[in-house]
Amino acid sequence: MSTVVNTKVMQADLRDTTSTSRKNWDKAFLGGLWLFTLLAIVTLVVLIGTTLLKGYTRLNPSLVVNFPSPFPEDAGIQAAIFGSIWVVVTSGLVSLFIALGTAIYLEEFADQKSRLNNLITINIQTLAGVPSIVFGILGLAFIARGWLGWGFTVGTASAVLTMMILPVMIVSAREALKAVPSSLREGAFALGATRWQTIVKQVLPSAIPGIATGSILGVSRALGESAPLILLGALAYVSSNPSGLSSDYTVLPLVILKYTQEAQEEFQAVGAAAIIVLLVLLISLNMIAIVIRDKSRKSW
Amino acid sequence: MNTVVTSVGELQPSGRKLRQQRVEKLIKFLLMIVAASGMLITTGVVVALVRPSIDFFRSISLGEFLGTTAWFPLYEPPDFGVWPLIIGTFSVMFIAVIIAVPGGLAVAFYLSQYASDRVRRKLKPTLEILAGVPTVVFGFFAINFIGPNIAAKIWIFSDVGFYSSLSAGITVGLMIMPMMTTLAEDAMAAVPRALIEGSYALGATKRETCTGVIFPAALSGIIAAGVIAMSRAIGETTIVLLAAGSTANFTFDVGQPMQTMSSFIGFAGLGDQPTGSTGYQTIFAVGSLLFVITFILNMFSRKIVARFREVYE
Repeated sequence: MSTVVNTKVMQADLRDTTSTSRKNWDKAFLGGLWLFTLLAIVTLVVLIGTTLLKGYTRLNPSLVVNFPSPFPEDAGIQAAIFGSIWVVVTSGLVSLFIALGTAIYLEEFADQKSRLNNLITINIQTLAGVPSIVFGILGLAFIARGWLGWGFTVGTASAVLTMMILPVMIVSAREALKAVPSSLREGAFALGATRWQTIVKQVLPSAIPGIATGSILGVSRALGESAPLILLGALAYVSSNPSGLSSDYTVLPLVILKYTQEAQEEFQAVGAAAIIVLLVLLISLNMIAIVIRDKSRKSW
Repeated sequence: MNTVVTSVGELQPSGRKLRQQRVEKLIKFLLMIVAASGMLITTGVVVALVRPSIDFFRSISLGEFLGTTAWFPLYEPPDFGVWPLIIGTFSVMFIAVIIAVPGGLAVAFYLSQYASDRVRRKLKPTLEILAGVPTVVFGFFAINFIGPNIAAKIWIFSDVGFYSSLSAGITVGLMIMPMMTTLAEDAMAAVPRALIEGSYALGATKRETCTGVIFPAALSGIIAAGVIAMSRAIGETTIVLLAAGSTANFTFDVGQPMQTMSSFIGFAGLGDQPTGSTGYQTIFAVGSLLFVITFILNMFSRKIVARFREVYE
């Protein structure tokens, strides 16, 4: 008898007593969220659509084979593609080296509470917040002119981009090292390995996927960056591929910037086509990063 | 007794081990130098900015820099009133933040509370691609789409031309929205599950849980994210250079072309400024101002997180 009463009480409690006005507010709220989410998606779609519409006429082999030309139908971006490859590969390698060194020191050697460690961490956070154009100023003052005097060359651009992507690379390398469980290290120590042996033989191999993903993200930032290079001569008319660190150079983002500002429609089409090339490069880099991330997902 | 002594003796490292230890110390030292080299860059930034800025303020008084309202540093005769740049910078930032902060928050709420796993798996990579689009591409987008189709249509107070800070601001906002989303999502993920479930148990709806529980609990992280978004918008160069033109207008009408601090630096860098000329020093003076503003904002954001973080557990 008593159980029956209980069931009745339960049924009464389970009824949805949310008032209509609250439900309407809920719907309006969700609608707002949808609207903004849609805005992000629509932005990407319209952006790609606008570019394709403007640039499809120039999406042909001559675009990537030719060098700049006063005639828009002949103008190509080969020098910029090779310039970008030079700058991005050199800055990627150098910053990977520095970032790995820094991350290994901070995560594996340094006392987590030491003053120096703290100072370095704060410094990296500060660097990460510096607007990219300010790195261009630094490059102009010390690297292109003044102290080093390298001029407007591949080397200068690469040094400036190295400084710019360093914080991203360090943070992701530290995260990758942090994700390696300490039991792995302790196991190596127990077997008599020294700290360095443990790092080289145990920690780094298991952190490689994380480091690779982070590096690719850093490199794709360098590939798309334009602001500091405006100050470093990358807008110049360059009609040959770079042959070394001391060559003149231009890069894809700057070629895009230049053609976008041209008055002639035909030149703007070259710029739009160059955007497609740049986006294809960036998206493939991203894909590689995602594949590495998914393939290497280990559970410890 | 004897055995104890010998075993202590055996614990001394062998010659090979000793060498290894020395190598390790050397490696540690080298790594420390590499790690500290990052500080060299920051010092370099500060030194690079300070010296020419001092030279600049030797020839142009601070009174003229902050007290007048015309900015034509590369003209003859030049004017060095920085206010048009400051107003331009904050107009673009304000428009960008109005779009990016609510937008980023909304997408973060949707992703973390409403979206199904299937939707999230599609939406996240889309946002990552949007976040990876280079700024120069957004600049192109601003000129070819946002300017003529959006900015010119929604601004009813004046005629919007080819260049406008409205078009630049909208585009910068769209550009930083994915970053805002990621940061806000991280802040929301730190809210303990128990708090959210407690809210549901008391009969709150999803919306009430979002606005009444998750939002206040994640507020410090969200404010910090908003401040970082501001700092990104202030530092953005290429979009503004392309979309807002290169006239330093002293105006609050965002339908007009404007110049920001960073877009001025980019614009001045287009022409070759000889070392030591006033035009060259102007780049550094404005760069210092930009660096100081973004530095303060980033410090502020870190302080908020450190001070107001709700610690659970």
